Amino acid sequence: MSALAILWFFLIFLLIAIYFVLDGFDLGAGVLYPFIAKDVEEQRIVRRAIGPVWDGNEVWLLTAGGALFAAFPDAYATTFSGFYLAIMLVLFALIVRAVCFEFWAADSKWRGVWNVCFFLGSLLPALLFGVAIGNVLAGIPMDAQGNYIGVPLLGLITPFTLCVGLLGLVMFITMGACWLALKAPLGSAVQSRAAKLRLPFQIVSLVMFIIVTVMIFTMMSGTAEMVPELEIVRYIFAILFAAGIVVSIVMGKRDCSRSDLIVFLAQSVAAFSLVFLLACSMFPVLVMATPDSIGDPITLMSAGASDLSLTCMTVILCIGLPLVLLYHFIIYRTFRGRVKMEDLAEE
Amino acid sequence: MDIFADQVLMSRIQFALTASYHFIFVPITIGIGLLMAIFVTRAYRTKDAEDDALARMWVRIYTATFAIGVATGITMEFSFGTNWANYSRFVGDIFGAPLAAEALFAFFLESIFLGIIIFGRNKVKPLFYTISAWLTFFGSALSALWILIANSWMQTPAGAVISEDGSQALITDFFAAAFNPSTLPRYCHTILAVLVMGAFVTIAVSAWYMHKDKFKSAATKMLRTGTVVGILALCALFVSAHASAVEVWEEQPTKLAMMEGQYETEAPELSAFGFVDEQNQEAVVVGIPGGTSFLATGTWDTEYPGLNDLANTERFEAIDVDTLPVNFVYQVYHLMVACFGLIGLCLILALIFMRKKAKHNVSNMKWLQWLLIVSPAFPFLAIQSGWLTAEVGRQPYVVYPSTTGPENVTLLTEQGTSVSVQPFELVITLLLFFAVYLILFIGWVRVVGRFIKAGPVYEVDTKREDADAERLITFSEGSDTSDDALNVVRGEIEAADPDTETVVSIEEDEVIEDDGAEKGGDAK
Repeated sequence: MSALAILWFFLIFLLIAIYFVLDGFDLGAGVLYPFIAKDVEEQRIVRRAIGPVWDGNEVWLLTAGGALFAAFPDAYATTFSGFYLAIMLVLFALIVRAVCFEFWAADSKWRGVWNVCFFLGSLLPALLFGVAIGNVLAGIPMDAQGNYIGVPLLGLITPFTLCVGLLGLVMFITMGACWLALKAPLGSAVQSRAAKLRLPFQIVSLVMFIIVTVMIFTMMSGTAEMVPELEIVRYIFAILFAAGIVVSIVMGKRDCSRSDLIVFLAQSVAAFSLVFLLACSMFPVLVMATPDSIGDPITLMSAGASDLSLTCMTVILCIGLPLVLLYHFIIYRTFRGRVKMEDLAEE
Repeated sequence: MDIFADQVLMSRIQFALTASYHFIFVPITIGIGLLMAIFVTRAYRTKDAEDDALARMWVRIYTATFAIGVATGITMEFSFGTNWANYSRFVGDIFGAPLAAEALFAFFLESIFLGIIIFGRNKVKPLFYTISAWLTFFGSALSALWILIANSWMQTPAGAVISEDGSQALITDFFAAAFNPSTLPRYCHTILAVLVMGAFVTIAVSAWYMHKDKFKSAATKMLRTGTVVGILALCALFVSAHASAVEVWEEQPTKLAMMEGQYETEAPELSAFGFVDEQNQEAVVVGIPGGTSFLATGTWDTEYPGLNDLANTERFEAIDVDTLPVNFVYQVYHLMVACFGLIGLCLILALIFMRKKAKHNVSNMKWLQWLLIVSPAFPFLAIQSGWLTAEVGRQPYVVYPSTTGPENVTLLTEQGTSVSVQPFELVITLLLFFAVYLILFIGWVRVVGRFIKAGPVYEVDTKREDADAERLITFSEGSDTSDDALNVVRGEIEAADPDTETVVSIEEDEVIEDDGAEKGGDAK
C-alpha cells in the first residue's frame, strides 16, 4: 500500500466532498425550484442565485471522475460499467439540466418544458448519487475481473441503498434551501420559503442518518470490517456532521439575515464530514463485494495506478488546484451578497 | 435482430454517435469563442454601441452552444467507464491523467469565466470583462489539448510499457506519453479546423443579414473579421494538414493504406475521388500516380506497404484484411479533402468580394450570399469526416500498434468493451440518446436562431427620454420584425433630434453607424 495511493484515496473523497457541497446547493435548489418559485420573477431569482456558479460546480464531478479514472482505473471501470443504466440516467438528467438552464431565458414558449427538465434534471442526480454510494458501501456482486454480475439497475436498488439515496437527497435539498435563503433578496417570498424549509429537511437528514447507521450495524457487519486505526477519526467526523447540522438549526432560528451565511457554512461542514465519514468507513476499500461475489473487493492496493502515474497526478493537482481555487475566489467574490432585483432585468 | 445483440458493434455505434454529436458543438463553441473574444475586445476599445451589441449577440450564441458542448461532453468522460470498462482498465494508468488535467486546467477556466461573461457585465470592470472573454476561449482551446493528448496516445502510444500480465499499459515517461508523435500535429490540425468552423459561422450569419438587408454595417464587420480569421486559419491549416499526414505515413501504415485504398505494396496514388471494391481488393480512382508518395517523401516512386503485406507482419497480425472498412475510410478521407477545397474557394470569394466600396460585393451578390449562408456545412463535413478517418482508420485496434510505439502496448477494439453491460441496455440508451439529443438539437436551433434573428440590437441612450426611444427598446425584444421597426424608429429619432447631424445622401447603414457611435459616446 503505497503512500501515494493512500493520499489519492482521500483526495478522491475530497473531490467528491467539494462536489457534494458545491453542486449540492445548486442541485438542491433545482429540486426545490417548483415548490419555492411560484412565478417567473421568483424563478429568475432562483436561477440568478445559482446561475453564475453552477457550471463551475459541476466541473468538480468531472474532476472527481477523471481523478478516479487516473488514480484507480479498476474502480472507475467497475462502478461506471456496473451502474450503467443508473449512470446513464444521471447523465441524461445532467445534460438536460445544463441545457435547459441556458435555454430557459431565451425560449419563453418552451419555458414550461425547460422548468420540468430543470426539476427532474436536478432530482435524479441528487437521488441516484446516494444510491450509487449505497451500493459501493453495501457491496456488489462481481466476477473475477471485477465486472458487475448482478441484475442491471433493479439489482442496485435495495432498502439500504435507497435509504442512502434518500439521505443524499435530503442533504442536497437542505444545502439548496440554505443557499437560497442566503442569496435570495431579503423580504422576497423565495427567501422566506427557503429559510422556513431548512429546519424540516435538517431534521429529516438527521433521522435518515440515524436510519442508515442503524442499518449498517444491524443488516451489515457494522464496524467489524472497518479499519480500527481510523475509529477515532470516524467518531470525529460523525460528531462534526451532527454538530454542523445542530449549529445550522440553532443559527437558522435567529431572526438575523447575517446568520444565513453561518447556517450555510455549518451545513456545508456537515455535508463535508458525511463524505469523510464514508471515506474513513470504507478505507482501504473502494468498492465492497457482496458475499456471493466471485471477485474480491476493489481496494486501493488492487485498483491503484502505478506510482509514477500517481506522482504525475499529484504534480498536476498541485499546479491546478491553486488556480482553481483562485477562479472560485474570483467568481464567488464577483457575485457576493444577495441577488438584487435590478440584476434580474439583465437576462 | 443480430446486430442489436452485438455488444461491440452497439458500443461502437453509441460512442460514434455521442462523440460525433458532441463534436458538432465543440468546433462551433471554440471557433466562435475566438470571434466572440475579438468582438468583445473591439467593443471595449471603441466603446461603440454597435460593436457592443455585436459582442453581446456573440456572447449569447456562444453561451447557448457552450451549454450543449459541456452537457454532451459529460457523456464522453463517463463513457470510457460505462461502455469501455476493459479499455479503461487497460489504459487507466496513462489515459486518466489527461482527463483529470483537462477538468482542472481547462474546464474550470472556461466555465467560471463564462459565468462572468454571462452574468457579470455590470459587476466587473470592462477590462476584466474583456479578459474573461479571452480566458473562456483559452480554456476551451486548452481542453481540446488535453483530450487530444489522450486520443493521440491511442493512435500512437508512447512513454509506456505493457504490464507483466499484459492486462494494462503502465506509464514510464509522462512527457513522452503526453507529447507522443501525433499529439502536436493533431492538436494543431483540430484547433485550426475549429477556428475555420467559427469563421464560417460568422460569415454565414453576416451573409444572411446581407441577404435580408438587415444590420448592414454590423454584417460588414462580421464578414471582414470572419474572413480574415478564416484565411489565417486556413493558411496554417495547410501546414498542419501536411504534418498530420506525414505522421500517419510514418506511424500508422494501415491507416494510410486504407485512406488510399491500397491493398498491394506500391507507390501510393494521389487520388481525387474513386471507389474501393473491397471484395476484389481493387481501388478504382482518378488521380496522379505516385502523388501521395511525392507529397510524403519528395520522390514519385517510394513504395508504401499495402494492407495484404502489412497483415503478414507480426505487428499487424491481428488484422483481417477482408473485414477492414477500406472503402469507408477512403470515402470519408476524400470527402474531407474535397470540403477543404470548398472551404478555400468560399474564403477566397469572400475575400475578393468583401470590400464594400467595390461595385460587386457580397452585399449585392445574391448567389454568393447563398453560397456563404450554406458554407458552414463544408467545415462541418470536413471535421466530421476527418474524425471518422482518424478513428475508423485505426480499426481493428482501439490502442493502435504504431510503428514507433512500445512493444505490445496495443488493444483490440473488441477487447475494450464493458463485460457487465448487456446489449439490450445499449439499445435502450442508444434510443434515449437519439431522443434526448434530437430535442436538444431542436432547442438549440430555436434559441440560436432567435439570437441571430434578433441580431446585434442596441438600446438607444435612454437619457434622451424620447418616447420613440422607449418604443425602440420595446421593439428590440425579440420579435421578427424588430429590425424593420428599428430602422423606422431610428429614422424618426434622427428626424426629430436636432443634435444628430444626418446627411440624407449617406448610405443608410453608415448613418446608423454614426448614430451608434454618437450614442455610445453619449452613454459615456
